[in-house]
Amino acid sequence: MIEVSLHEVAHSRAGDKGNRLNMSLIPYRPELYPLLAEQVTEARVLALFRHRGATCCVRHDLPLIHAFNFVVDEVLEGGVNGSLNLDGHGKTHSFRLLALTVLVPEELLGR
Amino acid sequence: MDRFLVGNGAGFSGDRVDAPLPVLRTLIASGLPAAMFFETLGERTVALAHLEKRRDPEAGYEPMLERLLEPILALARQHGIALLGNWGAANPPAAARAVARLAMAQGMPDLRIALVEGDDVTALVAGGQLPVHEADAGLDMGAWNLIAANAYIGAEPLIEALAQGADVVIAGRTSDPALAIAPLAHHFGWRADDWEKLALGAATGHLLECGSQVTGGVFWDPGSKDIPDPANIGFPIAEVTAEGGLLITKAAQTGGLVDLRTVKEQLLYELHDPAHYITPDVVLDITRCTLEQVGRNRVAVHGLRGHPRPDTLKVTASFEGSWLGEGEVSVAGPNALARARATADVLLERMKIRGLEVRARVDLIGVASVHDSDDGALWRGYDGPEPPEIRIRLAVEARTRDDADQAAREVLAMLCCGTAGTGGARWRVTPRILTRSHLVLREGVPVTVSLRTAREILA
Repeated sequence: MIEVSLHEVAHSRAGDKGNRLNMSLIPYRPELYPLLAEQVTEARVLALFRHRGATCCVRHDLPLIHAFNFVVDEVLEGGVNGSLNLDGHGKTHSFRLLALTVLVPEELLGR
Repeated sequence: MDRFLVGNGAGFSGDRVDAPLPVLRTLIASGLPAAMFFETLGERTVALAHLEKRRDPEAGYEPMLERLLEPILALARQHGIALLGNWGAANPPAAARAVARLAMAQGMPDLRIALVEGDDVTALVAGGQLPVHEADAGLDMGAWNLIAANAYIGAEPLIEALAQGADVVIAGRTSDPALAIAPLAHHFGWRADDWEKLALGAATGHLLECGSQVTGGVFWDPGSKDIPDPANIGFPIAEVTAEGGLLITKAAQTGGLVDLRTVKEQLLYELHDPAHYITPDVVLDITRCTLEQVGRNRVAVHGLRGHPRPDTLKVTASFEGSWLGEGEVSVAGPNALARARATADVLLERMKIRGLEVRARVDLIGVASVHDSDDGALWRGYDGPEPPEIRIRLAVEARTRDDADQAAREVLAMLCCGTAGTGGARWRVTPRILTRSHLVLREGVPVTVSLRTAREILA
């Protein structure tokens, strides 16, 4: 097993609704789905956004398409209309998620 | 097999204006019945449009409307391809007049333009008659003035417009998926309670409503997720069959791509509970959804399910908020990080010295900004390598324009009073808009459809 950033093995897109953020997480190789399910927990993702006051993270699993959907509450400092952040929509957060590290078997690296 | 194509020509107000023509040409080349829709309305866009309309009674609709339609209007009409859009924003009648003028200029006085009105529920919100959506329960708008409130209307009036023979359908605040559901329901004769079919339409709309986001836009990650010709991404087209098949593809001879990865990203975009994606027409459930690459740039979507539509419609109310003041300066070269941090601390101290009543935030762009918090937790804790350049940004929220302006000008003052080698100052003040969601009973929003020719509209 080697430690890599999620960016090496998965992709993601972020979107907003008010002060709530959602981020997909999609492994390039379906074989990695159970491994990410084990390692990319709600608690770890919530911890990524604690400094912004995030209060709750829920992960919805979509095993048929090998994808996860993370929904994080109260993370956008007011959302697009209330935030002082340059990125009030939170569109850049998919790449904060992708900076998390995971342990994966070397043979499952690559796309 | 009865097939119908739905193309998308814009995914937001500000999208590429040369995107629609390749989509239209592809629809025509297919020889199949087809329609095109344009989604140009965000929560913020509506509020800004209302403010525009206050300044100019003929403004307040999609500013790129004429540019979007000019290259395609005649061709679409010639081939019987209806065009639908929520270009109307705060002023659908003015948008209809703009399209009518364009039609006259292109020699189509008989172009049939349908106007869908009634989404404006400002009076109901002003009268305190609508409950606040649970997601915004804690949001107190206090003394802020209501700008406007619009309900997200569903596909029914759009279907009615198509049934009356509209070439162009102009609406205000529709739900995004309704713009795709309408031409499909009209063509296939779907019933308003056929949840499985409506789910197919809602998924079509959801996947296409952001334009190129399903064909490589936003997806593109150089060296990691490359796409062909990103300067010319083709916009999406859905192929729907009477039996319930849905296939996503894109305009021919364009860049971008459609594959399992692009479709998965867009399928989950701005979605919360995958079992309950709420639209005014149907509740979409994608938990049993599967995807299949059936050809180059062709992905089939299976297993969509639908549940009965809600009794209420979502309403977005916008309020005149406070003022946003912003100022930026740059530092670069040796010791840039220390100079940037010192600048940030001094700017925050200046807010206190000046007695400015503001909520302030500083970003160190190049160290931490968009991922940071208002208190700068990330840049304050940063212990990585020295960046070659840093841009310092102060942002404040103030009750008065003057406080916001004075705060932003403190950044300007750093040109002389700041650290060594400070340059590139910019500052500005903009009004802020606050929004709050409400719910309204469907019956409380009487929507009307009126169909007239371009000549009649301008008479």
